Amino acid sequence: MGDIGAQLQEQVQQAVASRTPLAITGGGSKPFLGRGLHGEPLNVGDHTGIVSYEPVELVLTVRAGTRIADIEAALAENGQRLAFEPPRFGDTDTIGGVLAANLSGPGRPWQGSVRDHVLGLRLINGRGEHLRFGGQVMKNVAGYDASRLQAGALGTLGVITELSLKVLPKPAVEQTLVQDMTAMDAIALMNRLAGQPKPLSAACWYQGRLYLRLSGSQPAVEATAEAWRADSGGRMESLENGHDFWCQLRDQQLSFFEGSRPLWRFSVNPTAVMEDIDTDALIDWGGAQRWGRQDETLSTMAERAGRAGGQVSLFRHGDRTGEVMHPQPAPVRAIQQRLKAAFDPHGIFNSGHLYSWI
Amino acid sequence: MSAVKQQDRLAVSDSPLDGRTEFPPVDRHALAEKFRRFLNPDSVLTDDETIRPYECDGLSMYCEMPQMVLLPETVEQVQQIMRLCHAEEVPVVARGAGTGLSAGAMPHAGGVVLSLAKFDRILSIDPAARSARLQPGVRNLAISEAAAKYGLYYGPDPSSQIACTIGGNVAENSGGVHCLKYGLTVHNLLSVEVVTAEGDRVTIGSDGYDSCGMDLLALVTGSEGLLGIVTEVQVKLLPKPEVAQVVMAGFDTVQRAGDAVAGIIGRGIIPGGLEMMDGFAIQAAEDFAHAGYPTDAQALLLCEVDGTREEVQDHIHQAEELFRELGATSVRTSGSEAERALLWKGRKSAFPAVGRISPDYYCMDGTIPRSQLAHVLTEMQKLSEQYGLRVANVFHAGDGNLHPLILFDANVPGEFERTEAFGGDILNLCVEVGGSITGEHGVGMEKIRQMPNQFGNLEVSQFHGIKQAFDTRGILNPGKGVPTLRQCQEYRAIGPLQTPTATGDGGASHG
Repeated sequence: MGDIGAQLQEQVQQAVASRTPLAITGGGSKPFLGRGLHGEPLNVGDHTGIVSYEPVELVLTVRAGTRIADIEAALAENGQRLAFEPPRFGDTDTIGGVLAANLSGPGRPWQGSVRDHVLGLRLINGRGEHLRFGGQVMKNVAGYDASRLQAGALGTLGVITELSLKVLPKPAVEQTLVQDMTAMDAIALMNRLAGQPKPLSAACWYQGRLYLRLSGSQPAVEATAEAWRADSGGRMESLENGHDFWCQLRDQQLSFFEGSRPLWRFSVNPTAVMEDIDTDALIDWGGAQRWGRQDETLSTMAERAGRAGGQVSLFRHGDRTGEVMHPQPAPVRAIQQRLKAAFDPHGIFNSGHLYSWI
Repeated sequence: MSAVKQQDRLAVSDSPLDGRTEFPPVDRHALAEKFRRFLNPDSVLTDDETIRPYECDGLSMYCEMPQMVLLPETVEQVQQIMRLCHAEEVPVVARGAGTGLSAGAMPHAGGVVLSLAKFDRILSIDPAARSARLQPGVRNLAISEAAAKYGLYYGPDPSSQIACTIGGNVAENSGGVHCLKYGLTVHNLLSVEVVTAEGDRVTIGSDGYDSCGMDLLALVTGSEGLLGIVTEVQVKLLPKPEVAQVVMAGFDTVQRAGDAVAGIIGRGIIPGGLEMMDGFAIQAAEDFAHAGYPTDAQALLLCEVDGTREEVQDHIHQAEELFRELGATSVRTSGSEAERALLWKGRKSAFPAVGRISPDYYCMDGTIPRSQLAHVLTEMQKLSEQYGLRVANVFHAGDGNLHPLILFDANVPGEFERTEAFGGDILNLCVEVGGSITGEHGVGMEKIRQMPNQFGNLEVSQFHGIKQAFDTRGILNPGKGVPTLRQCQEYRAIGPLQTPTATGDGGASHG
């Protein structure tokens, strides 16, 4: 517990010396992600604690193994939060894991993703060097952005040990509105409303129903809710305990996510019409993130995602021995392989976890 | 099958990765002939008189004549240029409008300038998805102008937005006065099309908000033309806020103004813009713009709140109250769009206003934690006296980005050198208090000397590894952005401030 940075660095150095593959783990809350994870476990989950937190600066620096719940408790004391609403898949989700997996909650289109809030980080690379990138200030364009590069890399470039994040005030009030409609109508309406300068902060369609969240100052939220209810001819109504719905959506606790059929995640153009997907899908992020439960191949799903202007990954279940991420064109693959080699020349970290070729 | 050509694979070795400095000599005539085989002959500029305007960017103290300037018109031509330059190992410096302030677009003496000026079309605007596809030479302001009819705009608004291009904005990760709330360029991109050093045409990102795997879009953004040539950009557009209002408050000390900034944030208000000026800048701006600034104040805050009518009314009221509580000597709120424009006019003309009272000025770009503001300004005042050079300060107070303007006269021998040394000391001061040497202007050629103060050798070497992953032969904008390890050693040895050298623990000098 606490600061075990030196110990982690030593473990990596030993692994480098003996060319032992490492499997980086945090809280162990997301073992289902990526392709299989092979190697000697390197546990970052005990590298915990808030290094510094300056509410007025809107900046938090934490060790990578710190639990999301602990961070949120500390921020809540100052009326602040992680605006990217990190999803949690248990009680042990760590902030390092959230970044490595690039996970963000329902507010992502409006408040930004985890990578958008990263200001800097420390990382042990595959030479056993403990590096520091970025900083603790909002703006910093010195050097390449090796911090945000880690988002979605699933630990293939190194061991994230510490992160500095932008934090934001909690919205004063929240209100949830619902209206029954088809997926097609919901996609059109979500995009139309997102184009208005109103305090919309989440938009989701699930089981024949559109859910909208408004966040901000009380008069603004109330005036908008009233106007939208009126626009709908009274068909749109307020949902009591709306907050619970958004938490269940964020943490994949809705019944949609139950069972062991393959769970596909599409990140696509928010206005796209995906005929084979939409009706049975859960549509989040105002249309830009869609979840499907099909027994299909990655190439079929990738083709559909491509037509919708985006990408797909096999998020959970299904065949995890083949590729689970959207195929990459050869030049981009080459760049990523060379980046991997630049950070981890001996291929120590999470080899094959993201793609078979990294 | 591996996509990596064997000769371009990174050698697995434990020796540190470094930057390239030497290139084969160029036969200008012969090389130009090769380009003329696929470019319009008028698009290959070789005579000194015609290429003179390309010798520098917005930082005119740094200049260099290139071998030639190329003005391709199609992405295929850009690919052909890169294939040829890759094969012959010719340095390539990409250029947009040339408004950069860190000599990032300064030519390489042994290479070519690749101007993207002819790529100036807005390819499409999708109002429903709130996005726009742009060629890299589209001007920043032109995006918002074209999107206005849909009630949308593009967020980042660097002060050069009338002239600077979106391709350059991607290269520099440009900001502006609204970053705290709306983010930098990196937060407002969906995808970029890049021609690689080898001439491949790739799209990074998509119409969706993220892509699988490591975040190459973030890595390419702000890479200062060292990783690829941006040939298309897809940006997010935002709905134009219903209303924006600005509160101007004068304070008799910088510390009080700093407290007021902290107070606003502490109340949970994130202003669209939050700018501070010091006494010198207030006076200069007022003489120039006649905005009605309180010239007796030592610090001025401009706090702009935007959003829905209800929210703005609520927040403006809170801001006025807070500024009075915290001892503002004057508080004025814009009652109309005209008044709002007037209050901003002074701030926006601060640079030319300072330019009027001094033959030359040098604009710095450090960032600091806001709590360090009073300390940094006090130290800066001491340095000002020490160097015998005046300094005016404008500050993006919301996000900690400081723009000290050092006043000097280039015709006085040695004065620019003194100015540079003063500027270097300011940047080192920013790093000392936990900030950065550049918030939005980039490192370019200008701040390469300060890089070793912000980063240790291990980080610098890792940066060179990143560079080589994109550009195996090191032909893209060589000598900029990241110093070689040898330069790091030299600059640390002669640097005015002692900083820790790299250790196994990273060695960067964040305090």
